[in-house]
Amino acid sequence: MRINVRVNGVPSEADCWEGESLLFALREKLGFPGSKNACEQGECGSCSVLLDGVLVCACLVLAAQADGHDVTTIEGLGTEEELHPVQAAFVETGAVQCGFCTPGLVVAAADLLERVSDPSDDEIREALSGNLCRCTGYVKIFEAVRLAASRGAGA
Amino acid sequence: MDVLTPRSLSEALALREAHPEALPIQGGTDVMVGLNFDRAHPAALLNLNEVVELREWAPSGDGYRIGAGVTYAEMMSGPLAAEFPALAEASRTVGSPQIRNRGTIGGNLATASPAGDSIPPLVVAGAEVECTSVRGARRIPVADFVTGVKRNALAADELITAIHLRPSGVAETFLKVGPRNAMVIAVCSLAVSAGDELRAAFGSASPRPVLVTAPRGEAATFPAQVAAAASPIDDVRGTATYRRHAIEVLTRRALERCLA
Repeated sequence: MRINVRVNGVPSEADCWEGESLLFALREKLGFPGSKNACEQGECGSCSVLLDGVLVCACLVLAAQADGHDVTTIEGLGTEEELHPVQAAFVETGAVQCGFCTPGLVVAAADLLERVSDPSDDEIREALSGNLCRCTGYVKIFEAVRLAASRGAGA
Repeated sequence: MDVLTPRSLSEALALREAHPEALPIQGGTDVMVGLNFDRAHPAALLNLNEVVELREWAPSGDGYRIGAGVTYAEMMSGPLAAEFPALAEASRTVGSPQIRNRGTIGGNLATASPAGDSIPPLVVAGAEVECTSVRGARRIPVADFVTGVKRNALAADELITAIHLRPSGVAETFLKVGPRNAMVIAVCSLAVSAGDELRAAFGSASPRPVLVTAPRGEAATFPAQVAAAASPIDDVRGTATYRRHAIEVLTRRALERCLA
């Protein structure tokens, strides 16, 4: 089946298998491999994207359900020349190790800062509770979110 | 496989009647796991995301009608959370922000898992499931709607369209046991309301929902009564012995909270 999705503001089309996830369509059909494919059951958050502005796991959205909707992926948050403030903060604080979880964490953190410009540690912990990192132990990730918030990333 | 995407409730009900083999999908947090792992092979999918009628909630009579497509995120804050605090607490314990933004109360009932977090507070509230087909609508108490482990009373041409429930107006709470605070399938869970009547229902401790009630004067023995009503099993998440013990402890804590 053919789906029409606006990805990062750009209308895009893809032929999908009917049972395919939005994550598979993004990575394999639409040319957005930034969202990572790991658990495929909503446990790890590495495929986090915004669907009509709402944080979701792309692996748990049927590609057909995104037809006619807006999706924002990690590729839509910043460019190599001009990083999103959350991306810049992750780089500066060393919140990236293997990097596999990073796209999902950056999308989730950016979503938090859009809603809560100066989050408490508890609010950061809750907002990132659906994103697993197996390398850094989260301390530097927290530092990155605090740094981005202090620079008004959500303003 | 086909994906059927109705744009209105009437269209959804007509498609449901014409394609009873189609598996309804709303938030997808259960259905997609089955598809991704090649465990579910539905002949077709009935995508309910575009049916706006299912996403609405409103006061109805002396209670509320909550559309089947209302998400956990919508139930855990705002007016619904103020009216239904135990349901809000249960909603906050579901998965992660990503899951709570997509998962719905109707989906939780359709899946009918013993671990479904919304089910104990709905049972305590005496909630009814509105099941609708082209033949009309009927209401089934939640405890009767869940007929077994992952089985429900929905007819082949019916969709879950809403939940009906009234605010208890008394102290109520929800407690859940799991290895961490997020992304946890309940080892066991418990909802309690404490008015003139004490009411309790547990999760992950019986194949079907069970409502336990006692007069308020029996608060001292109520935890043991609730634990005795459970029929837990040993599985990967915990033992039957542990679950029965935990339910007694949770009931005691819930009463401390509600009767304070």
